Amino acid sequence: MTRIAVTVDGVKYADEVEPRMLLVHYLREQVGKTGTVVGCDTSNCGACTVHLDGRSVKSCSILAVQADGSEVTTIEGLAREGQLHPVQQAFHDNHALQCGFCTPGMIMQSIDLLGDNPDPDDAAVREGLEGNLCRCTGYQNIVKAVRDAADMMSSGAGPAAERVSPSSVAGGGR
Amino acid sequence: MTATAQPSANELGRSRKRKEDARLISGRTRWTDNISLPGMVHLAVLRSPVAHATIGSIEVEAAKQAPGVAAVFTGRDFADEQGSLPCAWPISSDMVAPQAPSLAVDRVNFAGEAVAVVAARSAAEAHDALELIEVDFDDLPVVLDMEAALADGADLVHPEQGTNRNALWVFDSAEVGTGGDVEDAIRDASDNGVVVRRRFRQQRLVPAFMEPRSVVMDPTGEQLTLWSATQVPHILRVMIAMTLGVPEHKVRVIAPDVGGGFGGKLQVTPEEIITFLVAQRLGKPAKWTESRSESLVSGHHGRDQIQDITICASRDGTVTGLKVELMADMGAYLRLVSPGIPILGAFMYNAIYKIPAYHFACTNVFTTKTPTDAYRGAGRPEATFAIERIMDELAVELGMEPLELRERNWIKHEEFPFTTVSTLTYDSGNYEAATARAKELFGYDGLRAEQRRRREAGDPVQLGIGISTFTEMCGLAPSRVLGSLSYAAGGWEHASIRMLPTGKVEVVTGSSPHGQGHETAWSQIVSDQLGVGFDDVEVLHGDTQSSHKGMDSYGSRSLTVGGIAVVKAAEKVVDKARKVAAHMLEASEDDLEYDRGRFTVRGTDKGTTVADVALAVFAAHDLPDGVEASLDSDATFDPENFSFPHGTHLCATEVDTETGHVTIRSYVCVDDVGTVVNPLIVEGQIHGGLAQGIAQALFEEAVYDEAGTLITGTLADYLVPSAVDLPNFVTDRTETPSTTNPLGVKGVGEAGTIASTPAVVNAVIDSVRHLGVRDVEMPCSPQTVWRAINAAQGRAKSVSEGYTDTAAGGGLGSVDASGGAR
Repeated sequence: MTRIAVTVDGVKYADEVEPRMLLVHYLREQVGKTGTVVGCDTSNCGACTVHLDGRSVKSCSILAVQADGSEVTTIEGLAREGQLHPVQQAFHDNHALQCGFCTPGMIMQSIDLLGDNPDPDDAAVREGLEGNLCRCTGYQNIVKAVRDAADMMSSGAGPAAERVSPSSVAGGGR
Repeated sequence: MTATAQPSANELGRSRKRKEDARLISGRTRWTDNISLPGMVHLAVLRSPVAHATIGSIEVEAAKQAPGVAAVFTGRDFADEQGSLPCAWPISSDMVAPQAPSLAVDRVNFAGEAVAVVAARSAAEAHDALELIEVDFDDLPVVLDMEAALADGADLVHPEQGTNRNALWVFDSAEVGTGGDVEDAIRDASDNGVVVRRRFRQQRLVPAFMEPRSVVMDPTGEQLTLWSATQVPHILRVMIAMTLGVPEHKVRVIAPDVGGGFGGKLQVTPEEIITFLVAQRLGKPAKWTESRSESLVSGHHGRDQIQDITICASRDGTVTGLKVELMADMGAYLRLVSPGIPILGAFMYNAIYKIPAYHFACTNVFTTKTPTDAYRGAGRPEATFAIERIMDELAVELGMEPLELRERNWIKHEEFPFTTVSTLTYDSGNYEAATARAKELFGYDGLRAEQRRRREAGDPVQLGIGISTFTEMCGLAPSRVLGSLSYAAGGWEHASIRMLPTGKVEVVTGSSPHGQGHETAWSQIVSDQLGVGFDDVEVLHGDTQSSHKGMDSYGSRSLTVGGIAVVKAAEKVVDKARKVAAHMLEASEDDLEYDRGRFTVRGTDKGTTVADVALAVFAAHDLPDGVEASLDSDATFDPENFSFPHGTHLCATEVDTETGHVTIRSYVCVDDVGTVVNPLIVEGQIHGGLAQGIAQALFEEAVYDEAGTLITGTLADYLVPSAVDLPNFVTDRTETPSTTNPLGVKGVGEAGTIASTPAVVNAVIDSVRHLGVRDVEMPCSPQTVWRAINAAQGRAKSVSEGYTDTAAGGGLGSVDASGGAR
C-alpha cells in the first residue's frame, strides 16, 4: 500500500492505496465519486475523463499514486454555489445527452478543449472530442452544446446570470 | 388552493428540455455499478478462450485459497438449479433449441462463454483469482461459416441435435393469398422484363451501449432484489422466476439509470442468473460488472445474415416480384428473441412498394460464435438495406433514375390504408411529400449535375448519391400479431396515474427508459391530459415494486404503446373526476365540458379543476353515493396495429478513387414519425439512429479469426465512430399522423438506423459505379472500397479482352462474385 494525498473537488483526502489502483477506481470506490464512470478497458471511450491539475486525463489510464499531491476535479465538482458550469448548462440546453453515461467525460473534455481554444469551429470541437465516444447522440448536439458554451463563456456574452467568472471555471482561465 | 401551476400552452409538440438531464450532467447518477451494499462480494467470470471444446477437469482449489476469495463456482456446481436461459420466441414448432446453461457444464460453444465465477471481497481480488483456475479444454472443430454449417456432414455445434439448422421460416404470398407466385413472376420477367439477383452480407455488429452491463443481487431481504443494467426489468423478473423456479412474488427487479441499450440490454443474461445464484448461495449481496472486453465478446451481437435477393420487373420499371432467401447466424445459443429477429424483417422487404408477388424464406443457423439477438432495428435494417440496395441495382439495369423507379412503385398517399403483400396494413403515410422535401434540402439536381461534371473530368475524388426511401413496422405490440408469430408474450403496456391531494401527479409506466427521455415526454402528455404543470408530474419506472406491470422498452414501442397507456389512464382519471366534479358543481355530468384539466358547466362560468377534485376526493367528506375515494387509475393498452414511420434519406459521398477513402459530404433526411410530443427528443433519436446506421455502412464489424476468436474484442478494434467520423446531419420532418392511436404518434427510436445504412452504401457505389463497381461489402472501409475499384478495373480490362459477364441480371453480388470485395 502507498500513501497518497489528493484534493478531489476541493476536499483533501489522505489514503492508503494499492500501487496498481487506477485513479478512476480510487475516485469511485475510495472517494465515492461515482459520477465518474468506467466505459472501457483500453482508454478509447473517455467516459472516465477528469481534470488533473486543470488538464483533462482519462482516469483509467493513470494510477492513483500518480495523482499524489495533485488536485482532481470531477463532474461532481463543477457546479458553483448551485449554479451549473456553462458547459453543463449547454449540454442540457442543447439536448447533448441521452443515456448520459458518456456525459461526465464528455463535459470534462469539452471544458479542457475550450481552455485551449475558446472559440472553436465545428471541426475543432469534433477533433477535440475525438477521444470520447457517445453511442446515443450522433455527436451533433454535443458539438452544438460546446459551441454554445463557448459563446456563454466568452467575455461579455449572454445574460450575467448565466456567466461564471473564468477564475471559478475549471479549465477556463488558462 | 394548491401550488400547482396551470399550464399555459399545449405541451404536445413543445421542445421541452429534459427532466432527466439534471442528475446526468452533474454526476448524481444511479448506475448499477455505483451500488454498494454492506457485506457485498464482487464477482469475476472466467470465460472460455476457445470457441468449441469439451470441458475436462476444472481446478479451482488454488483460486479458493487466494486472498479475499469467498467462493468459486463452476457450471457443475449450478447444473441442477441454473436451468436453461430462456428463448421466448420459438418461431416454428420443430425449432431446434439446445440447452443454454448460464455457466457451461460439459462443453463450451463460443469463445467468451462463462465457465466459472469467483466471488471475492473486491473486484480486483476476484480477477486475480481467475488467473489461478485451471480448465482442461479438449478442442472440438469450430463452426464459423453458415453455408458450410448447413452442408451435409458438417461439424456440429450441438452434436446431440444432429443439425446446425435452428429453423426454417417461410412466407409465400401465393400460399397466403396476398399475391401471386414469385416463381411465375421471375419466369415471366426473364422473358419479357428484367431480373436482378444479388447476394448481400449483413456483417455482425456489436450493440456497444456505453454503460457496461452490471448486476447486483441482494438476498438479505424478504424479497430477493436484483438491480440490473437492463432494458427489460419486468421481463427479467418473470424469466428469473420461470428459469430458476423462484416464486415470482419473491423477486424484485430494479433497472436504475441504464446507460443505453439499443437492443443489447433486451436480454436475460447468463451473468444475471449467475449473480443471482451466487448471492443466494452465499447469503450475501453480490455484484458483477463487466469490462468492455467482456461486453464485446459475451454480450449478444446483432445482424449477421447472408441475403440472397431476386427482384423482377417489367421494362417500364414496374416491380413484379421479390424473392428473399436468408441465412441468419444465431451464434452458439438461442437467447431471448434470437430466432425471431430475422423474421421481424419478413414483413419489411416489400417496404413502401406495391409488390404483387413475394416469397421469404429464412434459415437460422448455429455457429460457434457469440449468440446474436436484438440490435437497433432488429431485422428491419437488414430488410431495408436489401430492398433499397436492390432497387438501385434494378434502376441501373433498367437505365432509370433511381428515385423515379421508387416513385413508380411506391404506395401513393391517397392509397392509404394499404394492405401489403406481406399482410400488414399501413395506416398512413406520404412518401411523395417526404421525398420532395428531402430533394429540396439536399439540392438533388445540383448534386447530380456536379457528379456528371466530376465523372467527365475524371476527378480522382468522385461524388455519389445514395437513396433510401424507407418505412418500418414498429411499436412492437399487437398481442394478437405476436401470438400469430409464436412469440411467448403479449405486446401490451401498462400505466397508472396517482392523483395526489396537492394536485401533483405520479405516473407509473411499464416501459423502461435507458436514455429516451420518458420522464420528460410522459410529463408533457399528462400535463395536457390533466391540465397540470409539466413540473407537477413525476414519472416512476424501472422498479417492479413501484411499477408492477410492464413489457419494457424496445422496438420503438415506448411512446406508441406505453405513452398511449398513459393517455388511457388519464382518461380514466378524468372519467372518475367528472362524477365528483358534477356533484361539487351541483350539475349533471352531461352538462359538464372538459378541457385540459378544467370542468365547466355548459353555459355558465361555474367550474372546477381535476386538481381541486383530487383534494375533495382526498378529504372524501362529500362524495356522491357509490363513488370511491380515489381518482387513481390504471390502463393496459394493446394497440390494433404497429406504427409505420417512413422517410426519405439522401446521402452524398465523396470517394477518393486512389485510396478508397469515403467522406460523407452531405446527409439529409426527412422523416415522418407522425405527431411529435417533443421535437428535441425526436431529433436526438434520429441523430443517434443515423450514427449507428452509418457506422454499419462504413466502420463496424465483429470479426472472427479461423479459430473462432473474436479479434475485434476491444474498442480499439471495434470501430464505434467518434465525433470526427460523422458529418452534420440535416434533418426535417413531415407529419402524417398515425390513425391507429389517439395521439397520432409513431415510433422513432429505430428509424435513423434502419434508413441510413443503404443510403450510405448506395452513395458509395454510385460514386464508383462508372468505374465498373457493382457492389461494395460492408463496412465500406478504405481497403474494401479500394479493392472493389481495383477488382472492377481488372474486370473491365478482361471484358475488353473478350471475357463476357454472363450474369445478365447482375452478378451474384458481394460475397463471392467479382464485382465485390471484402
